[in-house]
Amino acid sequence: MRFDVPEIPAGAAALRAELRAFLAEAGRDWTPAVRARSWMGFDRAFSREVGARGWIGMVWPREYGGQARSGLERAVVLEEMLAAGAPVGAHWIADRQSGPLLLRLGREEQKRRLLPAIARGELAFCIGLSEPEAGSDLAALRTRAERVRGGWKLNGRKIWTTFAHLSDYMIALVRTSPPPEGGSRHLGLSQFLVDLRASGISIRPIRDLLGEESFNEVTFDEVLLPEEALLGREGAGWAQATSELAFERSGPDRILSSFPALAEGMDALRDAPGAAPVLGRLVARLATLRQMSLSLAAMLERGEDPAREAALLKDLGNSFEQALPEALRGLLDPEEMPPGLRALLDDLVQLSPTFSLRGGTREILRGIIARDLGLR
Amino acid sequence: MREIVLEQMERLLAEEAGVALLRRVEAGEWPAALWARAEELGLPLALVPEEAGGVGLAWADAAAMWQVLGRHAAPLPLGEAMLANALLAAAGLAPASGFVTLGTNAAPFGRHAAAVLRHDRGRLALHLPGSHAPQANIAREPRDRLTPGAMIAEGRLPPAWGGRAARLGLALLRAALISGAAARALALAVEWANTRSQFGRPIGRFQAVQQSLAVAAGEVAAVDVAVATAARALDARGMEGAAFEIACAKVMAGEAAQLVAAHAHQAFAAIGITEEHALHHLTRRMWAWRDEAGSAVTWATEIGREALERGGANLWADLTARDG
Repeated sequence: MRFDVPEIPAGAAALRAELRAFLAEAGRDWTPAVRARSWMGFDRAFSREVGARGWIGMVWPREYGGQARSGLERAVVLEEMLAAGAPVGAHWIADRQSGPLLLRLGREEQKRRLLPAIARGELAFCIGLSEPEAGSDLAALRTRAERVRGGWKLNGRKIWTTFAHLSDYMIALVRTSPPPEGGSRHLGLSQFLVDLRASGISIRPIRDLLGEESFNEVTFDEVLLPEEALLGREGAGWAQATSELAFERSGPDRILSSFPALAEGMDALRDAPGAAPVLGRLVARLATLRQMSLSLAAMLERGEDPAREAALLKDLGNSFEQALPEALRGLLDPEEMPPGLRALLDDLVQLSPTFSLRGGTREILRGIIARDLGLR
Repeated sequence: MREIVLEQMERLLAEEAGVALLRRVEAGEWPAALWARAEELGLPLALVPEEAGGVGLAWADAAAMWQVLGRHAAPLPLGEAMLANALLAAAGLAPASGFVTLGTNAAPFGRHAAAVLRHDRGRLALHLPGSHAPQANIAREPRDRLTPGAMIAEGRLPPAWGGRAARLGLALLRAALISGAAARALALAVEWANTRSQFGRPIGRFQAVQQSLAVAAGEVAAVDVAVATAARALDARGMEGAAFEIACAKVMAGEAAQLVAAHAHQAFAAIGITEEHALHHLTRRMWAWRDEAGSAVTWATEIGREALERGGANLWADLTARDG
C-alpha cells in the first residue's frame, strides 16, 4: 500500500472561501442535532441549493450536468460540507457512488435523464446490499431477478437500507443465476437500477436507537423492471459493486463525522485541565488522516482502484471518529459543558456505533488489510 | 537523484548492517566500516547544497532516507550527521569532516564524534569533542553527556530557520526512523505469522492475529504519511514554518511506536523477547526514539495549546490553510 501526499490544486483556497460563505449563510440555524448527523441528515431543499451551485456531480462531464472539475476539488467541497456539519444526506450517496456507477455503466438514455437531475440535487439514491441473511457475508444474498418478457422480475428483501424511504432510486445487488456448482458465490450476481415507485415494492422504516427512522426494510414482491434496469453486465455485479467500494470508503465522510464536536470543544474546553495534549493528539491524527484521504482522492482521479488503501483509511478514520467524542467527554464532566457541546456529544455517542459498521464493518476492513499484508 | 541515493542506502545497509552489527554498536563499538562507506557515498552531505559541496537533496528525500535507515534499526548516526551538516551549510559554514554530533546533553554517539555542533536560538557553534560521560538510551544507543573542547567555528542560521531548528530537525528524524522501524517490525511479524504453526495451521490464519496486525498496518501507513507531509512542509515553508507538521509527525510516530511494537511482540510471543532475536533491536529503538526530541505529549501539547488559543472557529480554516 502506498499513500503519496498529493498536490492541492491552485484554485482550492478560492473554492473553500466560496463554500464557507455559502455554508455560513445556509447553516445559520443548524442545531447541534443537525450538525451531529451531517451526512445522515436528509434535507432535499439544502441539496437543491448545493446542486444549484454546481457542487454535486462536479467531476462529471458537462453533457451530463457535471462541471468537469477535478477529484481534489470535489474533495474540497466534501470536506467543507462535513466540517460544517451540513445535512448532505439527500445527495451524498448519489454523488459519491451511484452517479459515478451510472456514468460508467449506465445506458446513454439513463445518463442523460438521471445524472443532470442528481447534479441538481433532485434525485436521491440508496444502496441495496445487506439482506436479513447477508450482512458482512454479502455474497450470501438471496434477492433474485429473473428474466421475463421485456425485462426482469425482482423478488426478495433488502435490509438496513439507509434512506430507502426517502429516496427515488436504489441500486441493488441481486442474484440473476445460481452460483456455479463448486464455483465462486461471487458469480451470478448483477446490479439493477430500481425505481422505488415501481409497484410491488414496500418500504418499512426501522426505528433506530435514537428513536429515528433512517434505515429500512425493503421488500420486492414480483416487481417488474424494464430490460434497461440491468446495470453493466449480467453476472458481473460483484466486481462492479466492489469497485464502488474505493469511492464509498475513501472519502472525508469516514474521518470527519465527529469534527463539529472537536471545533466546539476548542472553545468549550479551553479551561479544562489537561485539555491541550488530548486535543493536540486529536488534531495531529485528524491532520494526518486528511492527507491520506486527499491522497486517495488523487489516486481515484488518476483512475487507480485503491480499494485496499480505502479499507485501511476507513478503519483508521472510524476509530478516530469514535474516539473523539469520548476523548472530549474525558476532559470535562458533561454536566458542566455548555449545552451546545453536550447536545453534540450526546448525539455522537449514540451515532458512533454505526461509524464502524456502515460501509463495511471494522472486522471486514481489517480482513482486507490482513490479506494485503499477505496473511490468511 | 532520490531513487539513486535510496538504492545506495538500501544496498549499503543490506550489506553492512544487521543484528551482529547492532549488537556491537549496543556494546559501544563505532560502526567504522559502515560509516566509511556512507562517507564515500557522500551520504552525510546529502542535505548540503551542491554549491557547498553536498548532494543538494530536499528534506522529502532525506526523510525517505531516514525511513530506510529506520528499517535497518539505524546502526549508524547518519541522520544526525545529515542534519548537522545541513545546519552548518545553512549558516554558511563548511561541512565537517567525520561525524558531527548534535548537542551536548544526550548527544547521539557523542563519544565517537569528531566534532560537536551546538545550537542555541539560531546561533551555531562547532566544537572539538572534549570529554564525555557515557550514557545510553533504552536501545543502548550512545547518548552521551559532553563537555565540548575548543570552538572551531561559529555562525548564525538565517531567520527563516527559527530558534529551534535542531530540535525540529531531530523530531522529524526520530519520526522518520520510527516510521521505517515500525514498517520493518510489521513485516517481520507478518513473515513470522505465516511461518509459525499452532493448532495445525500458521497463526496468521487466525482472525485474531490478522486483526491485530491489521491495526499495526494502519499505524504504519499513517506515520508514513505524517512524515512525508512534514518533510514536504519543510521543503515548502522552512523549518519553523513546518513546526505544526513536524509536531504531528512526532505525535503519530509516538503512537505508532507504542502500537506497532505491542502488536509485533504479541505476534512473536516469547521468542520475540529473547536477546538473540532481531525484533527487539527495532522495538527498543522505537521506544527510545519516541521519547527523544520531544515525546508525543510534548508535541501534542504544543499543537493543542495553539489550537485552543486560536479557538474553534479557526480550527478547520487553519488546518486547510496549510495545504498550499
